[in-house]
Amino acid sequence: MSKEMTADEVAGSLRSGMTIGIGGWGSRRKPMALVRAILRSSVTDLTVVSYGGPDVGLLCAYGKVRRVVAPFVTMDSIPLEPRFRIARQTGTVEFTEYDEGMFMFGLLAAAHRLPFLPTRAGLGSDVMRVNPDLRTVRSPYADGEELIAVPALTMDVALVHLNRADRRGNAQYLGPDPYFDDLYAKAADRCYVSCERIVDTTDLLKEGPPQSLLISRAFVAGVVETPNGAHFTSCEPDYGRDEAFQRAYATGDWDAFRARYLSGDEAAYQEAVNERGRQ
Amino acid sequence: MSRADVCVTACADAFRGDGEIVAAGIGGAVTILGTRLARLTFEPDLITTDGVCLLTGDVPPLNEAPEVIEGWLPFREHLWLVLNGRRHVMLGASQIDRHGNTNISCIGPWERPISQLLGVRGAPGNTVCCATSYWIPKHTTRVFVPRVDMVSGVGHDRAAAAGLSAYRHHDLRRVVTNLCVLDFDSTGGSMRLASVHPGVSVADVTANTGFPLVIPDDVPETRTPGDDELAVLDRLDPAGQRHKEVAA
Repeated sequence: MSKEMTADEVAGSLRSGMTIGIGGWGSRRKPMALVRAILRSSVTDLTVVSYGGPDVGLLCAYGKVRRVVAPFVTMDSIPLEPRFRIARQTGTVEFTEYDEGMFMFGLLAAAHRLPFLPTRAGLGSDVMRVNPDLRTVRSPYADGEELIAVPALTMDVALVHLNRADRRGNAQYLGPDPYFDDLYAKAADRCYVSCERIVDTTDLLKEGPPQSLLISRAFVAGVVETPNGAHFTSCEPDYGRDEAFQRAYATGDWDAFRARYLSGDEAAYQEAVNERGRQ
Repeated sequence: MSRADVCVTACADAFRGDGEIVAAGIGGAVTILGTRLARLTFEPDLITTDGVCLLTGDVPPLNEAPEVIEGWLPFREHLWLVLNGRRHVMLGASQIDRHGNTNISCIGPWERPISQLLGVRGAPGNTVCCATSYWIPKHTTRVFVPRVDMVSGVGHDRAAAAGLSAYRHHDLRRVVTNLCVLDFDSTGGSMRLASVHPGVSVADVTANTGFPLVIPDDVPETRTPGDDELAVLDRLDPAGQRHKEVAA
């Protein structure tokens, strides 16, 4: 059965107040076409769970976010994400700030239907101070260690972007790092996969080995073909990060950037990106 | 020989004796060069990365791809490795206090920061699970503060107060700056001046540090790299990126 749908259909399936996980890492292989579709939608009041990059920044800038759950928000080559900074410094979003390893354990717990997983990461730091709901758990064994019980990062919907997928939702990464996209898919009630290209199932192994098949269709509710859909984040080996565009996003005039690139649909965005490239 | 050469050598020396573990340099050219210089000279079993997710069989210059790949370390494996502990990381810090607590999260009150920085990233887990050192390219009283605004990396006092699970693998090694090398005294875990770089006085260091340091009676000078080490550095960093990173 084909699960092919459009980015706007994905955004239209979201409800205000939902918890949304977003795959990738920093400014790498982010499902930006799906994020842009959310910017165009009426949904709001989201809790966004992400190893954060411009996905988080854009959603904050458009007033879509009530709470960010993240260990960082960065654009890698530009360390600080300007739109997230503004949201934090003006107090317009709430923040659940975890250590990177804690965050991974939250994803792992959710993916395996566990209420929590124990870890040392976070002990002694102010992560405990700023998350007063965090609890510790004592080992029942002779060591008696007291560890942080990282609560499962369950989510209503996960959004991930991969290089290839078939129509049924088997999704493949071809770059150097899977990030945590499979865990997001398993941690969510529904996962939507956008991809550079939809291919026939028989063609999946033409570009990568079996172990590049990161996400099984059992975890996928919908597949969207969005060429250049991670832009301006990286999607190796299909394309690298668009550093010049990222600089324009981070340091250029924000209102002009919005007007030029984010006032139309995805086709208009890609056309404006192309036009910029030709200049 | 420049100040940057001394700093890179001091960073490399942080990995002395580490053996067959991953040396992770986070925070620019100087820490990466430190790991690679250590591996190419006195610590040949050290494992170094391409700065992304590959463990390199050879030791390429900055910004060049390795010719030999000996392992794969995507983010998930790197985060597991942090917990495993067979790793020594050299982190950066926007603020650091006398016990080695560091902040990369935000400046001002966390509830509504004056300046939102990166977030805690992996600093909490790194510092309680792995050997950790720091590289501070600009040693000033803005960085060396009496109290950090948001404890991201865990220092000696906080690790001890948080109990066995926090301190059993806590292993804060040294802090290298553009002025000096600092470590921690063995009794109270307070920051101690270990050496000053050539041309830097003890007074220069104390004037740029916002808390009292433990100062031994005799503060040695940081060792300078030998000709063999300088030759390695010139091969690893022909464009001299290290010089741009180090404040004079």
